Amino acid sequence: MIITLDHFLFLGAIIFTIGVLGIFLNKKNVIIILMSIELILLSVNINFIAFSVFLNDLSGQIFAMLTLTVAAAEAAIGLAILVVFFRNLGSIEVSKINKLKG
Amino acid sequence: MEISIIFLPLMGFLFCFLIGNKFHYRISQILTTSFLTIAAIFSWIIFFEYLGFKETEVFHLLNWITSGSLSVDWSIRIDSLTTTMFIVICTVSACVHMYSIGYMKEDPSKIRFMGYLSLFTFFMLVLVSSNNLLQMFFGWEGVGLASYLLIGFWHHKASANNAAIKAFVVNRIGDFGFALGIAGVFFVFGSIDFDTIFNNAKNFKEHQIIFASIEFSTIDLLCFLLFVGAMGKSAQLGLHTWLPDAMEGPTPVSALIHAATMVTAGVFMVARMSPLFALAEFTNIFITFIGAATAIFTASIALTQNDIKRVIAYSTCSQLGYMFFAAGLGAYNASIFHLMTHGFFKALLFLSAGSVIYAMHHEQDMRKMGGLYNKIPFTALMMWIGSLAIIGFPYFSGYYSKESILENAYFASNYMADFAYIVGILTALLTAFYSWRLLFLTFHGENRSEPEIFDHANESPWVMRAPLVLLAFGSIFAGVFFSDYYIGDLKNNFWNHAIVLIHGKHHHLPFLQTLIIKTSVALGILIASFIYFYNKNFASKLSKNLNFLYSILLNKWYVDEIYKIIFVKPYFYIANIFWKKGDEQIIDYYGPNGISRLVSFSSIYLSRFQSGYVYHYAFAMLGGLIIILTWFFYY
Repeated sequence: MIITLDHFLFLGAIIFTIGVLGIFLNKKNVIIILMSIELILLSVNINFIAFSVFLNDLSGQIFAMLTLTVAAAEAAIGLAILVVFFRNLGSIEVSKINKLKG
Repeated sequence: MEISIIFLPLMGFLFCFLIGNKFHYRISQILTTSFLTIAAIFSWIIFFEYLGFKETEVFHLLNWITSGSLSVDWSIRIDSLTTTMFIVICTVSACVHMYSIGYMKEDPSKIRFMGYLSLFTFFMLVLVSSNNLLQMFFGWEGVGLASYLLIGFWHHKASANNAAIKAFVVNRIGDFGFALGIAGVFFVFGSIDFDTIFNNAKNFKEHQIIFASIEFSTIDLLCFLLFVGAMGKSAQLGLHTWLPDAMEGPTPVSALIHAATMVTAGVFMVARMSPLFALAEFTNIFITFIGAATAIFTASIALTQNDIKRVIAYSTCSQLGYMFFAAGLGAYNASIFHLMTHGFFKALLFLSAGSVIYAMHHEQDMRKMGGLYNKIPFTALMMWIGSLAIIGFPYFSGYYSKESILENAYFASNYMADFAYIVGILTALLTAFYSWRLLFLTFHGENRSEPEIFDHANESPWVMRAPLVLLAFGSIFAGVFFSDYYIGDLKNNFWNHAIVLIHGKHHHLPFLQTLIIKTSVALGILIASFIYFYNKNFASKLSKNLNFLYSILLNKWYVDEIYKIIFVKPYFYIANIFWKKGDEQIIDYYGPNGISRLVSFSSIYLSRFQSGYVYHYAFAMLGGLIIILTWFFYY
């Protein structure tokens, strides 16, 4: 079986969808939302690298490195916010985080 | 001097209105009264100048409106007609201002009252001194406004408010005719200046005009429309209903506005426009008829009224009827002479009645008076003088003016002249009857009031008595002094083309006719004294036997009730439909209320989108992104 570009793109799309659904269907835990965001970013990375290889263009891989760095920074900030949040409210349950409701 | 007469009352009003509250009320009272006194003195000086035969003078103040061919100035026209009105207005107004100081002693808003009185006087002076119809209309509406404010002065009384609104609305009907008349005059003559109208009036004698697709004689139509205005203001038959109700206002107001000055504005207007009215043959017949009918109709109502002020109010309507039929017969000088003498004795009667009411602690029902002769002899004397003047007792002022009117009716050639003459004599009888009924019920016989009130009935203070003396002086001597100028041999010189005079020889009534007039007056007094003085039970017996007639008269011929059925009820019905169905159920329901209902309804649903959960928002963002991308790629 020859692995073509389409396979990579399907993989990326599947991971992306799992990430999005993880955000929406999750009622319990904010950490799962952070993980889902990581998944979305990873699916983007897969796309970048796949295109980079198949089009013989290095800039896609450079972009992937950049995305990873940003994702790491974002995860660090997200977890820090989460810790502060837990310290203030004593819970990280998603269904209770509705302070924005008017 | 002429200008200061007009603007002194305005200054008095502005003082009261703008800064009067900063000072003690006494200052407002003294200031307005002294302004009016100065104006009265000035007007008498000018009047005496005109007794010495002077030409008409016109003072231009400034240009008011210039639009196309219409040009209207603020100006003051002084001639013998204006000066006559000046002395009546200023003298009565000064007396009433002074009288009000005493009469309104217990009222909390004295400053407002004095201000309104001065404002009224200003508008009235503008009305009589105008040199064109529009300025006259300004004064005309202004006195209507002041009358509204003063009738409703005690605005906490519902009846006073209703009377004020009634006066305003009924006057609007007349004013509509007047406004149409002014427009018609401008359409025909191309100007509303008096001089232009009077000079061109003769050219339009045969002129025809189409109004509401019917052809009329131009002059007749214009005069008719103007007369409708005069009918409203002067409370003539049909539009008279507001005047008796206007007695809800304080008594000085009744004396000033609803007896001596404002109600005579209609008569003044007819006399001022006499060059036009003299040519209107049909309208003159109409005016004569309305005047005569009003005279006897309202006099008959006055026979049975029990409110002391209402009797005098109906008597005012009746006397205005005299003035109008004199004007309709072309005797404008007799009409204005009666206006002047009437101004004095009617103001005297009203202020005396006010003095009685003051003594009786605001009791106005004559059935609860009686025997006041010993308690308030001065007021009784003044009331006697006023009554003698109004019935035309020889050598009192009313004698000259009323005789002159009847004389003109006897010799006039109008279709209605005989009718007017007979009605005039009958009305003189009725006038004598109700005047003496008033005197007997109020001052003579036994006391029917509460003993407590009767014991405390005191003569009013000197500020209220001094004006009475002045007016009594006018009531007695105005006839003797001025009859030569107004109606006698000097009339051509005195009037000097200010109004149209009947040419030809001056006739005197045959002796038999004067005897008839005097006998009828004496008969009226005799009947009144028979019923109310000698035979106490006769009045109640009479009212029982003639119950039908009595109740018609007591209820004022049911005019108010008929108007209520014909005009007021249907109007209310239609207005209710428009209000409930049209306004509330359609415009409001679908208009503003509909929009607000839509907003609150949809916002309930829209607010459910704001759940507060971040992932809901993220989902909405994603959905939006997908929609935008789809749209972007496929279209």
